[in-house]
Amino acid sequence: MTRLTKVLPLLVTLLACAFLFVPIVMSVLAGLTVNYFRGLSSGLTLRWVGEVWTLYSGSIFLSIQLALACLVVTLILGVPAAYALARRPGRASRILEEFISLPLAIPGLALALALLQLYGSYQGFRMSWTFILVGHVLYTLPFMVRSVLAVLAAIDLQTLEEGAATLGAGPAQRFFDIVVPNAMPGILAGALTVVTLSIGEFNLTWMLHTPHLKTLPVGLADAYASMRLEVASAYTLVFFVMIVPLLMAMQWASARAQRITE
Amino acid sequence: MTLSLSNIAKTFPDGTRALLPTDLEVGQGEVLSLLGPSGCGKTTLLRIIAGLERADAGARIAFEGEDVTHLPVERRKIGMVFQSYALFPNMSVRGNIGYGLKMQKLPRAQINARVEEVMALCRLEAFAGRAVTALSGGQRQRVALARAIAPRPRILLLDEPLSALDAALRGQLRDELALLLRQFAITAIFVTHDQDEAMAIADRVAVMREGVVTQTGTPEALYRNPQTAFVAQFIGDAMPLSGRITEDQLHLPGGVLALPSAAPGRQAYVRAEDIRLDPAGPLKARVETVTFLGTHYRIALSEAAPGTLFALHPGQSAPRPGDTVRLAIAPSAILLLPSEERTP
Repeated sequence: MTRLTKVLPLLVTLLACAFLFVPIVMSVLAGLTVNYFRGLSSGLTLRWVGEVWTLYSGSIFLSIQLALACLVVTLILGVPAAYALARRPGRASRILEEFISLPLAIPGLALALALLQLYGSYQGFRMSWTFILVGHVLYTLPFMVRSVLAVLAAIDLQTLEEGAATLGAGPAQRFFDIVVPNAMPGILAGALTVVTLSIGEFNLTWMLHTPHLKTLPVGLADAYASMRLEVASAYTLVFFVMIVPLLMAMQWASARAQRITE
Repeated sequence: MTLSLSNIAKTFPDGTRALLPTDLEVGQGEVLSLLGPSGCGKTTLLRIIAGLERADAGARIAFEGEDVTHLPVERRKIGMVFQSYALFPNMSVRGNIGYGLKMQKLPRAQINARVEEVMALCRLEAFAGRAVTALSGGQRQRVALARAIAPRPRILLLDEPLSALDAALRGQLRDELALLLRQFAITAIFVTHDQDEAMAIADRVAVMREGVVTQTGTPEALYRNPQTAFVAQFIGDAMPLSGRITEDQLHLPGGVLALPSAAPGRQAYVRAEDIRLDPAGPLKARVETVTFLGTHYRIALSEAAPGTLFALHPGQSAPRPGDTVRLAIAPSAILLLPSEERTP
């Protein structure tokens, strides 16, 4: 009896893990085998990874560029916005906070359509990578604001600022000396979330991209649609290598920020 | 620096009048305490002096004759110790103390020298590199004081600086703070709700109640010559002797007391230390409880006056609860004040 109660949960856990991992392992292996249909017996190769690089390195760099630009914009918009919301604990602030989070509740496709309707006719903008950037900022900004706001709400910001003011610090000085350093765990968690989400974002980007502007996930869809399975699978491998460390860092930073807000 | 306040009032947006028009002068190097129960407007007044709160129109705040009424807090050159200390968690002890000097854009060497000097004064050398989160309550309080004093402010404002500490530490730090303020020789305003703190630290005490400064004076003056029943009750816990006054006599349920003078329309008050157990005394009372406090007994007495009276009895032995005793109160110890309901 006791054996069964111990073994059963373990078995379920292992099965669940297998359910999650087997497709990943299969996909990664597919990207490394010479011929997927002949199986591993055909041998292992890095040829497909090399091919992905020659075909899609542009997508990789575009995604990194987008993610970094998105990070800069969300930092510039999000940190002061969170600060302003934290400083005014009124009803209007809470409504505004919900308003900022609205893009999360709308499917990416709808958001993209709205952007296309609004700006689609501006040819130069429509064809530029900054068009995708706007979509990414819209989608990631709430994460930055919420993350920073959570940390700022947990510290006695007003008294700290008053302390700095009595020592001769003006409003801008207080923002950079007191607010930003004390919000840093939230900013870090928010930044990693923004970069991870931006690199992995597909829905919005799929609608907004042009043939010359494929991001990493859009390129992946393209590879599965039009390339050999081995190439697409090698692409998945490249994707994992980029996104998994980011995800892990994000987990760590969020846990750290969480400790402050508790 | 001298501080003069005239016509300082504060009405909050919801219409609450936290502070009624107040005038106050603080002399060079003087330590003034604002003393009163919570909600009396003492912290509001302090924050107005600091520039953290804006007074109603018509107010004038002058530092050494210079009008600072409309100067923002960061340009008033004040030092402030907050109730919660408001130490910057992102800076070390040294960083906190040096922050005000950094804001004055002093050369680094000069900042370091001053930080060292202040740390030595406040006995913080051992903690210089520590994070402020790794300090005890008493150490934090000293860092807050050092930080406020380091930029050589024109006036030091302290908002209940001891209330975040536990009772044992509070007494010790109270005397330490009194000593440090004398060493700094700085004009200081000290907000507290604790009369012992005010007495120990201040040269002069302003007793506040419901947004009004009711009486200002040295601790001795307030204790010996309170002008209102509130001051008498708040400082030294005077108890009302509610009886009928005819000429210079006070008729109480327990007997008739002689008053120092004829006092029509006044109310008599007395402090516990002025009630003596005396077999020949004019008042009869019943002992309710007896508490031994080491140097003396605190005896609760009924039937002498309408309310319970407390007497501090320094003798070697005390009566038992239920005993009937006789009390004497010297006429000079009786405070005759304008009558007022008891609302401390």
